[in-house]
Amino acid sequence: MNIVVCVKQIPDPAAPQSLDASHNLNRSGKLILDEADTYGVEMALQLVDKAGAGEVTVVSMGSAADVAGLRNALAMGAAKAVIVSDDALRGTDALGTAKVLAAVIKRESPDLVLTATESSDGYTGTTPVQLAELLGLPSITFAKSVSIDGTTLKVERQTESGYDEVTAPLPALVTVTAGVVEPRYASFKGIMAAKSKPLEVLSVADLALGDQTGATGARQEITDVVTAESRASGEKYVDEGDGAQRIVGFLESIKVL
Amino acid sequence: MALSNIWIVTEPSNGSLTTTSLELLSHARSFGANISAITWGGDAALAVVAGEYGATTLYDVGDLGGALPGVPVASAIAALIASVGAPDAVFISTSYDGRDIAGRLSARLDRPVLTNVTGLADDGGLVTEHPIFGGTQTVKARFTGEGPGIFVIRAKSFAAEASGGGVASVVAAPPGDVGSTGGAMITATHVEERVGPKLEEAAVVVSGGRGLGEADKYALIEETANLLHGAAGASRAIVDAGWVPYSHQVGQTGKTVKPTVYIACGISGATQHMVGMKGSKNIVAINKDPDAPIFQIADFGIVGDVHKVLPALIAALKARA
Repeated sequence: MNIVVCVKQIPDPAAPQSLDASHNLNRSGKLILDEADTYGVEMALQLVDKAGAGEVTVVSMGSAADVAGLRNALAMGAAKAVIVSDDALRGTDALGTAKVLAAVIKRESPDLVLTATESSDGYTGTTPVQLAELLGLPSITFAKSVSIDGTTLKVERQTESGYDEVTAPLPALVTVTAGVVEPRYASFKGIMAAKSKPLEVLSVADLALGDQTGATGARQEITDVVTAESRASGEKYVDEGDGAQRIVGFLESIKVL
Repeated sequence: MALSNIWIVTEPSNGSLTTTSLELLSHARSFGANISAITWGGDAALAVVAGEYGATTLYDVGDLGGALPGVPVASAIAALIASVGAPDAVFISTSYDGRDIAGRLSARLDRPVLTNVTGLADDGGLVTEHPIFGGTQTVKARFTGEGPGIFVIRAKSFAAEASGGGVASVVAAPPGDVGSTGGAMITATHVEERVGPKLEEAAVVVSGGRGLGEADKYALIEETANLLHGAAGASRAIVDAGWVPYSHQVGQTGKTVKPTVYIACGISGATQHMVGMKGSKNIVAINKDPDAPIFQIADFGIVGDVHKVLPALIAALKARA
């Protein structure tokens, strides 16, 4: 069971975010492994463990100036990492990203590809399924549980009203939600081992994608960024045992009560 | 360039179309284009609903035979484009199946997507609006290449208003051969029972977050919601922690709600959450941290412990009943 997990290194979501002059997200600060991707890494490690053979490869696109996030995935237990890092990729959209990831994953021919449902910085939310289509794989999105029975994938997929049980033959692609598994913390031994694990850095020229990536390949432009109409804050009281009564009063004033 | 044809992916739901589908149909009418709807399942009643909201044609992909909709519906749309020509734009809901359809269609047609759209206007071509950084800024964007443009639009971005149009003419739009991509099949469906109104439709929404401290305390949220004839919601933090099912989640990755009043309890106001509820008519926040971001958008704030304020509120509401 060889599994590829797509991961992304993103600016710390807790830090203030801004756009640069070309309207791209400012990524100049410290990068971390998107927390949403840690669930896929953990799921992959558990599935390989259960299968008793195989390995987990993490595949990424973005700046390799800081690879602490990838080392984190390796420290959790992934065997190797591949990152496509190239200034020419700046401004690449979701479909272009899927093309880059597909070109790398084709070389790995995994049994299963795992991703998050969306990244926590851009949250376009279509890259995984675009990737599945480019790889010619079936996909099951929004998995809240994943198991493998021989060559059949079994997934509980979230729906608006509950969940569906969905099956697909392997190879396939699955997007996992947070909560599908509890990600492990890297052990000291894992962190030490990660330092010597293979971490390959590719340039976009290695993938022969022509002009399908970068800002040109995106075929879309930001025409404007405006400050949204802000909601003014209203009254605020410190609860001195009268908080509930004050809320009742407010609900009466807006005729909810 | 005027828009001449817009296709809307309309998702079937309990013998009708989802509310978001109706919102997209309604807004599409404002562009003066010919509107076609795409659906699946073969239910004749859907042609009445689609027509009522402005579609003249309803393309029906037919019975999916248990397949997840993403692959067959995108395949059917691609086949339609090959046979009748491409529309100017395809509108798709930001939903589980909508996102699958959009991703598949984008890769099949080799056309980019614009997602999380909350506004759409014709300014010599369609210009979108997307909230970023927790809704504090709005990005406007447009496609620059060849169409069709694929737009994935969030729920409650537009109002659903019937046009009173006649029944749409139904045209079969089979998916064709989906090859190796088509193997995902639904084998069983589980519906989680909810009491009270639906989260997206309730006039009152009471939501809980990490400040509740532990899963058992979510009962306070449910009881308050119940007493106010409202629905119980949740922040991503406690959904991820497994305290409540995902169907309760309000926010960027959850549901968008616009109730008369939204009561946020023990929710700090992460940008991910605020995007899903800042359109509420009134916002009440209870949080022990006076600097919690939620207070910046709250009409009425109580700086206090939810474990004290909520039981007192429940008692006060019971006393009135």
